[in-house]
Amino acid sequence: MRATVLVRPKAGILDPQGEAVGSALGHLGFAVRDVRVGKVIDLELEVADATAAKAEVEQMCERLLANSLIESYEIEVTP
Amino acid sequence: MAVSGPRRPRVGVVTYPGSQDDRDALWALGALDAEALPVWHSDPELPELDAVVLPGGFSYGDYLRCGAIARFSPVTAAVRDFAERGGLVLGICNGFQILCEADLLPGALLQNASLRFVCRDVRLRVERDDLPFTSRCREGQRLVIPVKHGDGRYLPPPDLDPAQVVLRYVDNPNGSVDDIAGVCSAAGNVMGLMPHPEHAVDPLLGSDHGALLLASLVDAARERALATA
Repeated sequence: MRATVLVRPKAGILDPQGEAVGSALGHLGFAVRDVRVGKVIDLELEVADATAAKAEVEQMCERLLANSLIESYEIEVTP
Repeated sequence: MAVSGPRRPRVGVVTYPGSQDDRDALWALGALDAEALPVWHSDPELPELDAVVLPGGFSYGDYLRCGAIARFSPVTAAVRDFAERGGLVLGICNGFQILCEADLLPGALLQNASLRFVCRDVRLRVERDDLPFTSRCREGQRLVIPVKHGDGRYLPPPDLDPAQVVLRYVDNPNGSVDDIAGVCSAAGNVMGLMPHPEHAVDPLLGSDHGALLLASLVDAARERALATA
């Protein structure tokens, strides 16, 4: 299975990188109300079962991939 | 001549892949009359120590998040055991980030609000002088100690006990919430700070105020060495 983890700065946490990107987009003439910058982690897993894969990736997020104080995450599993 | 009397306190300094201030920390602690011992990141056990310092640098390239990977080094498990038994642990800069990631200290350190790496002397206010790390200071004292970091914006957890704040910036260089520059654990035996006391132990370096913090730690380590002698 493949999995994609989307890690975002939690709502309410100052994201200066997002603000800088938003300001740059403004200079380019784009009307953007808010920008938040996160990260994408692509994983290729040994596990063949989607439910098991999701459970395993959730463990990875809790233990390492995201810091729950400052980040939220979403997991997408594909064959 | 054989030296009688108590042995010098043993303070370990951990080197992770990417640590950078380990040598300065070893030198500074030695100059303050500790027996400073290097500790390697893959060591699953600590030698017999009276205190541990996690130095600054960029452990594991700061990949993913600063300190996130060092948290799982064998030596970090040993440092956790040491701290849970009441051992004295000081994390400086990247060491502070590691202690937060390892849940030995509350909160997290995020990218500076300015998005710029900041490298300069900062003024600090001592909030507590009753800790093993600040006994040579007095509450309200101003210290001048350098910072050098890109990810030093401290974010406390919502339930942080204000009594855990040990140092505050007088001129906040990174956007830290409540100007927090250093915090301690609830039990008071673990402390982390972003400024670098090991770079401020001699007036020739611009300031010797860092020696107040490190000498406090050496004093406390000496007391523990005597207690176990």
